[in-house]
Amino acid sequence: MASKADLKIALVGNPNSGKSTLFNLLTGLKQKTGNFPGVTVDKKSGSLKLPDGRIAELTDLPGTYSIYPKTLDEQIVQEVLLNQQHAQHPDVIIVVADATNLKRNLLLFTQIRDLNIPCVLVLNMIDLAEKKRLRFDLRSLSIDLGVKIIAINSHSGLGVEVLKNALTEELKVPKKPFYPVKQLANDTIDEIKAKFELADDYRAYQYAQQSAKLHFLSEDERRKIEEIKSKTGFYDVPTQSQEVLGRYTLISETVDRNLKSDEAKGLSLSQKADKIITHKFFGYAIFAAILLLIFQAIFAWSEWPMTLIENIMASLSSAVSEALPEGVLSNLITDGIIAGLAGVVVFIPQIALLFGFISLLEESGYMSRAVFLMDRVMRAFGLNGKSVVPLVSGMACAIPAIMATRNIDSWKDRLITIFVTPFMSCSARLPVYTLLIALVVPEQEVLGFMNLQGLVLTGLYLLGIIAAILSAWVMKFILKTKQRGYFIMELPTYKVPQWKNVLLTIYEKSRTFVFEAGKVIVAISIILWVLASYGPGEDFDRAEEVVKAEMPNATDEEIDNAISAYELEHSYAGLFGKFIEPTIRPLGYDWKIGIALITSFAAREVFVGTISTIYSIGADEEDELTIKEKLSKEVNPRTGEKMYTPALGFSLMVFYAFAMQCMSTLAVVYRETKGWKWPVLQTIYMSAVAYLAALLTYNIFS
Amino acid sequence: MRNITHLRLHEKAIIKGFTDEILSVKLMEMGCLPGTEISLELIAPWGDPVAIEVAGYHLSLRKSEASSVLIED
Repeated sequence: MASKADLKIALVGNPNSGKSTLFNLLTGLKQKTGNFPGVTVDKKSGSLKLPDGRIAELTDLPGTYSIYPKTLDEQIVQEVLLNQQHAQHPDVIIVVADATNLKRNLLLFTQIRDLNIPCVLVLNMIDLAEKKRLRFDLRSLSIDLGVKIIAINSHSGLGVEVLKNALTEELKVPKKPFYPVKQLANDTIDEIKAKFELADDYRAYQYAQQSAKLHFLSEDERRKIEEIKSKTGFYDVPTQSQEVLGRYTLISETVDRNLKSDEAKGLSLSQKADKIITHKFFGYAIFAAILLLIFQAIFAWSEWPMTLIENIMASLSSAVSEALPEGVLSNLITDGIIAGLAGVVVFIPQIALLFGFISLLEESGYMSRAVFLMDRVMRAFGLNGKSVVPLVSGMACAIPAIMATRNIDSWKDRLITIFVTPFMSCSARLPVYTLLIALVVPEQEVLGFMNLQGLVLTGLYLLGIIAAILSAWVMKFILKTKQRGYFIMELPTYKVPQWKNVLLTIYEKSRTFVFEAGKVIVAISIILWVLASYGPGEDFDRAEEVVKAEMPNATDEEIDNAISAYELEHSYAGLFGKFIEPTIRPLGYDWKIGIALITSFAAREVFVGTISTIYSIGADEEDELTIKEKLSKEVNPRTGEKMYTPALGFSLMVFYAFAMQCMSTLAVVYRETKGWKWPVLQTIYMSAVAYLAALLTYNIFS
Repeated sequence: MRNITHLRLHEKAIIKGFTDEILSVKLMEMGCLPGTEISLELIAPWGDPVAIEVAGYHLSLRKSEASSVLIED
């Protein structure tokens, strides 16, 4: 895509400046999420057709308040803008500024402007500024800042066409920097400019300021910068301090010249709302109510689309097996591929709902209040107010949740959050829970209004939360750190969420889930089908002989079933399962569950697919029973009674509540912590907790 | 010397200086410049963190961070 684009454009701006809304407005559905090369920062890019027919690639860079990064996400902004060889280094920058808070937003703008990359300034939320009775002299402001200014209302789309037209014209780079940085460090800038053949003062100055963070420079080059700095007497922090003060002085003068305000004083609606939302009683009550609402919605509202999807997949499976001639291919498609696929698509309703809610909370501005409210409490457990977002998102999926920890500035807090987030019951556990609950918990009312099955499910979620908090608390004492963290955070004004943004988030996240998780799950389903359908040596091939000799008086049907069961037991999968059976027998599991435990290490939801593959191989072709019916018919060969007793069911549920069982989480923890130490420790720890807890549960219930 | 944590709710004050250099740069980037008027707007349950109004918006910071911002008497 990058090679096709005629123009590379970057969107830069403060958090909450409406940057993403503008991005969605410009690109619509023509966007995708990828990664910046070498780092795991989400790269949102999309293509945009300009009025002159050229195609532009638009990249939405993470929101930041200045070019000096505080978090890992923000670092990518500096990296993309300073490294002129970077694949995303823009030809044009759109700087988005919140018109209602112009001075603070202009700090980042003036820094970017002084890098001498062509740019336009977008004054977003111009409608809100008008409501606050702010009147801009745009023409004069444009002359003072030396760039084109376009006023936009990203709610209604007003001004977007003007912006597109502006991008077709050649944007001039202003001749003089907005802030003469040269006066701060004359010699340092001159020497770096000469050494690295740089044209711009501010770029050279940034090399000096951020030498340790510029990974595109070689060790040698960075050492050279350090030498220049110590020779010319350049001190980072005091100089940066002077720069910020100097810029703000100029910004203030400029804005005061061009902005008339007769803003009415008095408590705004946001301030009134905050009194209740951060109240010591109502605040927590509202937070708890919102979480409860999310759970209720996820379970209640997703039920019918999930049933619908399940039925569609079941009829697809029978249609295929009827249409194709009986044989290996038909079996592979129905028992392998479709069974695995069904396990992925059935999640879409829940994932969509959860991401919808999270995006609503962020869009409305509530999320930062939750962070504000929870910081003190979370800190007691070694976490951080900002851990709330990853932990809550962890209930959808640990992978985006762990990536969301990048907003936590303190490394220790971040590491603890990463470590405990997989304990939160993610949506992949849900199918395991729902299946097992339906099997072993009767559907009955408790106290007249609560559903027993729902209560058990809530209990499992609580178990995950408790495990996360206790583990965090323990880690607080183990981990030592010298690095300090900050908690300086904007509380944006409340806004009416934009449905388009919410829907796009839902679409984007669901699509990523289906394709990313789907690939793994379908691949594993096929491997599993092979392992369960073939076996080593003579035992597997002699199935028919052995069974017929053992059961001389049985009917054909009984013999067929016995053969399938015998084959599965002697297949590769069966052998794996039997190999680990001694270890898992204390938990109440047999070798069939053993197979599922092994395969679901790739992803928890594979458990359901595996179990259904295992039992459908031994099942009657003509009636496509649902998995639940198959399982409740399963008999324990040792006791002759039902296999799925409450004790086994609860033991399995507790095991899945705690065990790591997710390769993608491992991979993401590896990337985020830059090594194998933490993912390995995490897996060992979680597996141990899971094993012991399941052992305890099984013994309590049996 | 008084700092932000000494303010009562909705009390206004003028920023005078900082006691922590690294933190001060980050606060200045967010608009907390010496000479700027601020007011204490929110105090979270258990007294920490707090939120101030500065430069037309609300900024939350921990008590420990707020205590590094000195205000004029």
